[in-house]
Amino acid sequence: MSVKPTVQLENVTKIIGKKTIINNISFDIYPGEVFGFLGPNGAGKTTTIRMLVGLIKPTSGKIHICCFDVRKQFVQAMQRLGSIVENPELYKYLSGRENLQMFARMLPDVDEERIQEVIDLVDLTARIDDQVRTYSLGMRQRLGIAQALLGRPDVLILDEPTNGLDPMGIKDLRLFIRKLVDETGLSVLVSSHILSEIELLADRVAIMTHGKIVKVGSVSDLVGALSAGVDWRVSDSFRALAILQESPHVQAAELYDDHTVHTLMDESKTSILNEALMKAGIEVWTIERKVQTLEDLFISLTGGDHIV
Amino acid sequence: MSNPNMVGLIRNEVMKIASKKRLAVVGVILVILVSMFTYAQYREIQEKIEKQGTLDWRVELQQEIVDRQNRLASSGIQDEFRQFLEFDLKQKQYYLDNDINPNYPGAPTFIRIFLSQGVTLVLPLFIIIIMADIVSGEYNDGTIKTLLSRPVKRWRILMAKWLTVLLYTSMVMAATVIVCYGISGIVLGYDGWTAPILTGFQASASGEFATEYIHTLPMWKYLLMSAGLAWVVTAVVGTISLMISVLVKNTATGIGAMMAVLIAGTLLSSIGSSWTSSKYLVNLNFDLINYLEGQAPPIEGMSLPFSLTVLGVWTAGCLAVAFWNFTQKDMY
Ligand SMILES: Nc1ncnc2c1ncn2[C@@H]1O[C@H](COP(=O)(O)OP(=O)(O)OP(=O)(O)O)[C@@H](O)[C@H]1O
Ligand SMILES: [Mg+2]
Repeated sequence: MSVKPTVQLENVTKIIGKKTIINNISFDIYPGEVFGFLGPNGAGKTTTIRMLVGLIKPTSGKIHICCFDVRKQFVQAMQRLGSIVENPELYKYLSGRENLQMFARMLPDVDEERIQEVIDLVDLTARIDDQVRTYSLGMRQRLGIAQALLGRPDVLILDEPTNGLDPMGIKDLRLFIRKLVDETGLSVLVSSHILSEIELLADRVAIMTHGKIVKVGSVSDLVGALSAGVDWRVSDSFRALAILQESPHVQAAELYDDHTVHTLMDESKTSILNEALMKAGIEVWTIERKVQTLEDLFISLTGGDHIV
Repeated sequence: MSNPNMVGLIRNEVMKIASKKRLAVVGVILVILVSMFTYAQYREIQEKIEKQGTLDWRVELQQEIVDRQNRLASSGIQDEFRQFLEFDLKQKQYYLDNDINPNYPGAPTFIRIFLSQGVTLVLPLFIIIIMADIVSGEYNDGTIKTLLSRPVKRWRILMAKWLTVLLYTSMVMAATVIVCYGISGIVLGYDGWTAPILTGFQASASGEFATEYIHTLPMWKYLLMSAGLAWVVTAVVGTISLMISVLVKNTATGIGAMMAVLIAGTLLSSIGSSWTSSKYLVNLNFDLINYLEGQAPPIEGMSLPFSLTVLGVWTAGCLAVAFWNFTQKDMY
């Protein structure tokens, strides 16, 4: 491949005290790509991002942003990167515009025109001269993104950007990021612990748990490889359980109550199983696809057959 | 290379401090303090006029000399205090013999006294209030993460913060002089810039009064020297606060630590001289104006060059610790 990755992590490990927080992780991100970084609370997403932006030193391993080493060529690497780590932390006692002017002074070649450009981009024009302490969380997120985009970065890093946003806000953010990537061809790294969010937003995903990356792949591959959780509401769950357990299409089945059976199964075979139950004289009341949780994904990735 | 430049970084720091309420608080404290002192002075003058009928400084000085003599004659005073009184007595006598008023009435004299009294506590307090959260505030607000992931090396960010400390030190000094002059002048009058004042009194090694270095200075020159020395002390205190601000994430704890340093200094220097190696402590060397006035130093062997050296060494040490810590540590 001739395209150079914009973010490269090679065998990065971080040990704090005696605890290994990040355990030998590697991945690359390419231009024009939205890369999802998925993992439950405490997986080590934020710690990885802190290393990417130079806030903490990796214990071992190398990190490059656009081929610049984050430790040895910090200034060059950071000129190509914009980020929000955890929350958009801005000076609350200054106005939005003053915040941007201040960060502009820390970047090469950002003038008032560019500042106005990013303000328009995130649609904050109406409130930009108010103090940041009067902003709603969604507005702070947008100001944070404006700050991150100020220096026309090649890489944008957003740590849980949908935190505290309403469904409308999440959708807007998604469209915004897509548009940005299509128009400018930058790389975006988005972390989250919500699968559905990443599913819609990202092109590729790395799944992290306990400081290790368990899988990297395209979203469709990951989701396709999964068995779905399906709940059956029936007249007689004991007899239904026996029939479902026998079927080769069902990986696991569990009795929940007198009328409910939870299964983990190949979704495309639902009608075959439905027919089998009806033939046995069992009434099928409802068939429900359970919302895929991250938990399920981890369980299937780590080979566990336990069903929630 | 011009952008991001140091001037821009300093502008950022100045802007952060200027938009907090602390600066206004310091301004208000300064005005209140100076007004109170001015009123106290005014009452004192009124009282003297009532008692003596006139306001003759020679009479007043003579009375003070007699008072010192009486106290010296009484039994049971400590050796150290006796030395202090003798020295003071001889200084006053010298002023009287040379027909120079040590407290020429007017705003410049007020400034002189305010600087001399304020150098060990009030001025350092101001810089502490303004500067205590210059780094720890960024930890508390979480803005340190945004600040340190910009394409600017960490040492340059801290350098900008230190230069801002020096800038605000100068502003505190300027504000103090201006406010003192403006307010006290209402009561005391605005002249006296050229009144002569004596400096260069020295205690010889044996603690005796020596006259060979005594010379007169015009008030404005003397004030310039006082303000310069006060600037040095305030800047040193500001630098120590900067270090504590880097090391201690909690601003209130930082202010507490700095106050302890200041108060311990005043206490130790008044307790006396038995612990001679305490002269190497930074907080025992804050009273630089003392050397100008020619009072006996708190501990034998201390002199202006000695104190400046001690302050210099401590400042360099604090800067080294602050820079090393700030550039090396992981930011969570
Ligand atoms: N300063 C620290 N000292 C010790 N352990 C830490 C420190 N910071 C983080 N950790 C630990 O590192 C692990 C990963 O934390 P991290 O914040 O990277 O998780 P995360 O994936 O971002 O989780 P979340 O979704 O909750 O934000 C956690 O177990 C946490 O307790
Ligand atoms: Mg996190």
